[in-house]
Amino acid sequence: MATKNDNEKQVSRRGFLQGIGGTLAATAVGVGGVADATEAEAASSLPTLSGSVPVALTVNGKKVAATVDLRRTLLEMLRTDLDLTGTKKVCDRGACGACTVVLNGKTVFSCTTLAIDADGATVETIEGLEKNGKLHPIQDAFIRHDALMCGFCTPGFLISCKNLLDHNAKPSLEQIKEACCGNLCRCGAYPNIFDAVLTASGQETMANAKQVMASAKKDGAK
Amino acid sequence: VSLQTKTKKIKTTMPVNGIDTEVEIEVPDIVASWGKKFDREYVGAPMPRVDGYDKVTGRAKYTFDINLPGMLFGAILRSPHAKAKILSIDLSKAEAMPGVRKAYAIKDAGANLRFAGDEIAAIAADSPEIAEDALRAILVKYEVLPHVVKEDLARKTDAPQVFGGQRPNVSNGGSTQRGDVDATFGSAKTTVSGEWRTQARVHACLETHGSVVQYQSDGTAKIWTSTQAVHGSADQFAGLMKLERSKLEVICQNMGGGFGSKFGPGVEGAVCARLAKECGRPVKLMLDRRGEAESAGNSPTAIVQAKLSANADGKITAIQGKAFGTGGIGGGGFEYPYGVYKIDVLDVARENVFTNLGPSNAMRAPGRPQSSFLTESGVDELAVACGIDPLAFRLTNETAEKRIKQFKTGAAAIGWKEKVNPTPGKNAKGPIVRGVGCAGSTWGGRGGNGQMKAEVRIATDGSVVVAVGTQDLGTGTRSYIRSIVADELGIDIKFVKSEIGSSKLPVSGASGGSTTTPTVAPSVKMAATQAKSDFLVALASATKEKLEKLTLLPGGSVSNGKKTLSWTDACKRLGPGGIVSQGTWNASLVQGPIHGAQFAEVEVDTETGKVRVKKLVVVQDGGVIMNRMLLTSQINGGLIQGLGFALTEERIACQNTGRMMNANLEEYKLPGTREIPEIQVILDEDDEAIGVSGVAEAPVIPTAAAIANAVFNASGARVRSLPITSAKVLAALGKVKANKANNA
Repeated sequence: MATKNDNEKQVSRRGFLQGIGGTLAATAVGVGGVADATEAEAASSLPTLSGSVPVALTVNGKKVAATVDLRRTLLEMLRTDLDLTGTKKVCDRGACGACTVVLNGKTVFSCTTLAIDADGATVETIEGLEKNGKLHPIQDAFIRHDALMCGFCTPGFLISCKNLLDHNAKPSLEQIKEACCGNLCRCGAYPNIFDAVLTASGQETMANAKQVMASAKKDGAK
Repeated sequence: VSLQTKTKKIKTTMPVNGIDTEVEIEVPDIVASWGKKFDREYVGAPMPRVDGYDKVTGRAKYTFDINLPGMLFGAILRSPHAKAKILSIDLSKAEAMPGVRKAYAIKDAGANLRFAGDEIAAIAADSPEIAEDALRAILVKYEVLPHVVKEDLARKTDAPQVFGGQRPNVSNGGSTQRGDVDATFGSAKTTVSGEWRTQARVHACLETHGSVVQYQSDGTAKIWTSTQAVHGSADQFAGLMKLERSKLEVICQNMGGGFGSKFGPGVEGAVCARLAKECGRPVKLMLDRRGEAESAGNSPTAIVQAKLSANADGKITAIQGKAFGTGGIGGGGFEYPYGVYKIDVLDVARENVFTNLGPSNAMRAPGRPQSSFLTESGVDELAVACGIDPLAFRLTNETAEKRIKQFKTGAAAIGWKEKVNPTPGKNAKGPIVRGVGCAGSTWGGRGGNGQMKAEVRIATDGSVVVAVGTQDLGTGTRSYIRSIVADELGIDIKFVKSEIGSSKLPVSGASGGSTTTPTVAPSVKMAATQAKSDFLVALASATKEKLEKLTLLPGGSVSNGKKTLSWTDACKRLGPGGIVSQGTWNASLVQGPIHGAQFAEVEVDTETGKVRVKKLVVVQDGGVIMNRMLLTSQINGGLIQGLGFALTEERIACQNTGRMMNANLEEYKLPGTREIPEIQVILDEDDEAIGVSGVAEAPVIPTAAAIANAVFNASGARVRSLPITSAKVLAALGKVKANKANNA
């Protein structure tokens, strides 16, 4: 992923470690007595990583570029610089999957991917799933099975599920659970997410959802 | 034709900070009706949510997603200490950093910090990265003071004082005494006693608390905020921004979870508004994950030391209990015993214990999941001690006809007779054992009052808008209000659009205490009824036809007895602007309380202690159902959160550091895909129901108790404290020593 800005992007290992050390010192303050304020002072005087670099990448088939903070994550670049806010920021440390995007064909947590590391890459986000005004079958299935409530985890789940279907046309329930085990939903839409993936891959859903769907009278969705 | 006439007084439930509270209110004395179930076309039908498309394409804008030109990013410096005094704050280095637009101290030198996460100072900067740098450049000197974060320690007489001696660590939470407990215990056939405990949880809303505040050049302000109450938030923002209420608009089109923790701006909203004002630019301030977990609310712990007795017939005769719990520096009250049993002889005292942790907040059925576990575990032990099947024991003690039926239905669905283990802990054929458990629930189900309004507008092009100042937490409010209007007008639902999520819309309540549907649905129904009446009056006038000759036919066409006009043709005859009609909430469209029964089938590995839930069955009623599909989703969600309460979720507060050790989403364990069992939702639908009920909270209540009871039935391991970890199961089986760390 070499670019003409390699020199600007190089971060000295020493400076990086000092930066980390500063963070630790600032948070690891004593439990008893008067805290040593010199620790905080030392932290603030440590060198921090700064500066901006241009990053160019292809997002959903479109070439885009922005000059971003060296430390900016791909997630923050998508959301703040490119206003592609479908990809969500939730845990910001690779634990919940809400920021999942496809980077050069593989799903990654965009919150733990630096924007500079995505320079020159091809990225697919939730905004790219709908093609020419037509929903991807997994999106359609999510609506029909009500595989979402608040919807904040939905983009991450959809990317994980779509990527699963790209590699496995008929995943089993266990494989679906495996593919989405890095995604968390707080509302508890899981059973309907499983059914949506089963439907999108032309398989029988679990009994409960079928019971609900069988008596569907009207479709209020667009 | 006005539908509003005389008034009457009724009792109803209103949320007070998310806790349903019974109050007497005055309402219009009108009898309105949802009609017969099978006449309803859209109301109740299992239709996908209307905002599904926006949510699956990433178009749905949440507060976190608002980007405005010139917008700054706010951040908050929080106390790293559970208890400390601020000696000095030096903002100069932060202020001098390029890209920092504002730094100010939320608390000044001399102020007391009462929990790790307490707000100290605020920053507005050009980017989130710069804001974070600036937080680290703020120099704070603290006098660190002794803290206490464990409720058991906080109750001791020599414990560090949470409020520095201004008030004690323990407050009286009230007591209930009826009958003669000692005499009843003396004559009881069977008694059990022990201590049961539940952990604290955090709401873990995926979208953290926060706002975007934008002052406009004309002195008004727009506020996007992740809230369960657009109107309540507007009142509060108006107060703290010293702006007339009419000069601001609070917007919440989509929100990423609240679960009881998002009823107002909070400190972070106030900070955001001040930064926006002082910088003269819009500011976005969303909490980071640690701030969310430590300061934005939690569900209190609940502990009871109790004794229960039963007579020879297997009837519960008395319960005695000393109950306490901590909500950090906030309240920690809960009821004990849980209200599914009618106990004649009671002696219960409650205490709220304060600790140096973030304040608790209402969390989906505040106090009830805790109360259910403490009560239903004890009752289950009593059943076993009496030698009676736990389900039969419940049926003996159950007083609600409705729940007796639900228990029987649920038992058949889970296969209780075949699956109940008659000899828990004995005769196992291998290390993996299976069993079943159950528990019941009740909830108020009501809500609303005569202040609550909705508006229905019919335009001359035939399009209809239903507008109400409510919010959709993922519950489907935006969707079902269309169904009500389409049914009332008899038109295709495609004509009807929803407008919600703004404080500029007709007043509606907070989404707490399961009161949203019983508040919103009747108001919308009355507005639609009024719109129908206004529409016919206007049409009669426009067509010079007698009003009584006009009838609305199914499909929305209008007949005068001779010829018919289609809906769109009829609407073309309306005067300019069409029809704008309002309706007021009506008590006769609401009913409660509601009931439920839940069953769990679990598998326990007696060598590793691992518990796996195989199946959950829920039987739940809920009055007139608005949307069968969305209700089922919400019930699924309740059970899954209940499963997290039972097995995985726990806020771990460390007494050494005074901090939450798992203020993140990898160590605070929400149930993930692999924890999800088969879930069977059985809607106990009453075809004759006359009112709507709120069902959001009831399903989360008994799940943990049902799972815990199933763990015992499977393995003989009676785990009296949540969450049921492998270590606790092994300890209960006598295979390892119990870890007392949590009880200090």
